[in-house]
Amino acid sequence: MTTEAGTLGLQIERRIADVPQPAQEHDWSNLRAPDARSAASASVPVRAGRRELRIFLTNPNALFGIAFLLLVVAAAAFAPVLFPGDPLGMVGKPFLWPGQEAAFPLGTDSMGRNVLAGIVHGARISLFVGIAATALGLGFGIVIGAVAGYFGGWVDDLLVRLIEIFQTLPNFVLLVVLVAIAQPSALTVTVAIAIVSWPMVARLTRAEFRSIREKDYVEAARSLGYGHARIIFREILPNALPPLIVTSSVMVASAILMESALSFMGLGDPNVVSWGSMIGSGREMIRTAWYLTALPGIAIVFTVLSLNLIGDGLNDALNPRFSEER
Amino acid sequence: MTRAGQMGRALRRTLLQAIPTTLGIVILNFFLLQLAPGDAADALAAEAGSATAESMAAIRERFGLDNPVLVQLFDYLNNLAHFSLGFSPRYGVPVAELIGQRLPGTLMLMGTALAIAILIGLTLGAIMATFSGRLPDRLISILSLLFYSIPGFWIGLMLILLFSVALGWLPSGGAGTIGSTRTGLAAFLDTARYMVLPATSLALFYVAIYARLTRAAMLEVKSQDFVRTARAKGVTPFFVTTRHVLRNALIPITTMAGMHIGSMLGGAVVVETVYSWPGLGRLAFEAVMGRDFTVLLGILLLSSLLVIIANAAVDLLHAWLDPRIGAHS
Repeated sequence: MTTEAGTLGLQIERRIADVPQPAQEHDWSNLRAPDARSAASASVPVRAGRRELRIFLTNPNALFGIAFLLLVVAAAAFAPVLFPGDPLGMVGKPFLWPGQEAAFPLGTDSMGRNVLAGIVHGARISLFVGIAATALGLGFGIVIGAVAGYFGGWVDDLLVRLIEIFQTLPNFVLLVVLVAIAQPSALTVTVAIAIVSWPMVARLTRAEFRSIREKDYVEAARSLGYGHARIIFREILPNALPPLIVTSSVMVASAILMESALSFMGLGDPNVVSWGSMIGSGREMIRTAWYLTALPGIAIVFTVLSLNLIGDGLNDALNPRFSEER
Repeated sequence: MTRAGQMGRALRRTLLQAIPTTLGIVILNFFLLQLAPGDAADALAAEAGSATAESMAAIRERFGLDNPVLVQLFDYLNNLAHFSLGFSPRYGVPVAELIGQRLPGTLMLMGTALAIAILIGLTLGAIMATFSGRLPDRLISILSLLFYSIPGFWIGLMLILLFSVALGWLPSGGAGTIGSTRTGLAAFLDTARYMVLPATSLALFYVAIYARLTRAAMLEVKSQDFVRTARAKGVTPFFVTTRHVLRNALIPITTMAGMHIGSMLGGAVVVETVYSWPGLGRLAFEAVMGRDFTVLLGILLLSSLLVIIANAAVDLLHAWLDPRIGAHS
């Protein structure tokens, strides 16, 4: 309690020190009251977040999701240590079945490549594309959606039309076109996935902003003379975050699915081993060596499933309205 | 105003709004494809193995590929205004004819997949909502999440492995027995046999979405007053569920289904690749690879129109499901 009061006092002091010079000439005692009040309320969201974290962490499904995802992250991080050398290099006899030789627990493919090394290394590209594409898509979608929802009027009309155009085009067809045009590489695949996934974020953000901008505290912030940027990013965005957080984990999952489908079709980065491309090359041998198709697919399914379980857990924690038990 | 008049007005408004969107799509796609390195002449030359500069220039001149970009755009829009999608340099036939050959296959695949997805999704969702919070709900919930996480191409390959390679029950690809002379019911059953696996692979992802959506919507509707009234006046639980709850829950589901037409076409690209199904998705992929941009533009335009039409149909369906919708618009 004492430490909390202490930091609060410190914050107020710092804020007073931050106020530009001319303001100090006034002697009206109420001048900094709103500042003090906003500083006092600054510590509230932290406590609220803790309650949601507790709900999230008592959800067994979400915990399973986190555990498996950590495993995938570890595989991606330690891949060069666990399996040094190029995972695309030939290391053994071709078509060794899983368990046939101790050195290759998951067998080898038609070119004598280690399947386990491929799966462990494949986690890198999947996670990279999933996270980077989501971050890009979220950033762009939030900015567009925030501007449309906050300002309204002709800006809104124009941006909504833009969102509509992107949502009317079939996502995956557009993705194939974009990647084929830009030549496949990890970077172009990431950017292309971000391009097809931002409209959903923008729509969601816009809807949240439209409802929040009418709230009293936004009105209050406006009457205090805060600038648009400050109202958008400091007042509205934090309150619009819960649905966006839930969406982001589902976005990572669908980005991983899109990346795997692209590399399955031969539109992935040709120099990097990925789960989709392993399935694509194993496909020809499905009659004789089905494990080449099945194993990387299981890696995709479990990774995506764990992300979706996390998304579900986040949804239950952040939107209690739609909770399972009701 | 009469019901039909209202619906007609709503439809006209939707279509009017669709015009600028469609035009935007055409222009956006056009410039997007101009960014691509290489054109149809390059792709043809690369496939032939050799080509003289003269013959490539001749191809370009014949299809207007050497004109300035804005002239090409104007030509394309002019063609569209005359209801022509242009001419494919690669296949040597009008684009409309090419698409016309492939469209029925894809529509059939998508329609079957959508029907499977909605049917199974509604059933699973209704079960989940009825047993909300209990074991069946939890089990189906995990199952649907699993469906949601499986890549379509992979489940397609696994289904081939199980049903064609291991059991030998169903064909592993194609759209019908080659050289088949069957007619009537036999032909239909033959096509159906080829369609089961691709349609199931395409549908699984959407089964998951509709099941979860149905569950949420039914739980929300269940707590409303009119359901209590229906129950109080002695309607049997089965009819409360089907006539009152499910009908209202259908509104969010049909909305989503309309939105999914576009993404299903994307899924069809992958599933058609796995099952060598002769459809639009496969044509789109071939067109990208062959730099056949007139075909690609035609497919993108047509699929956008398909999405717009589907959304208009959903609007009409909503007006029928819930007469309050559209009354004040």
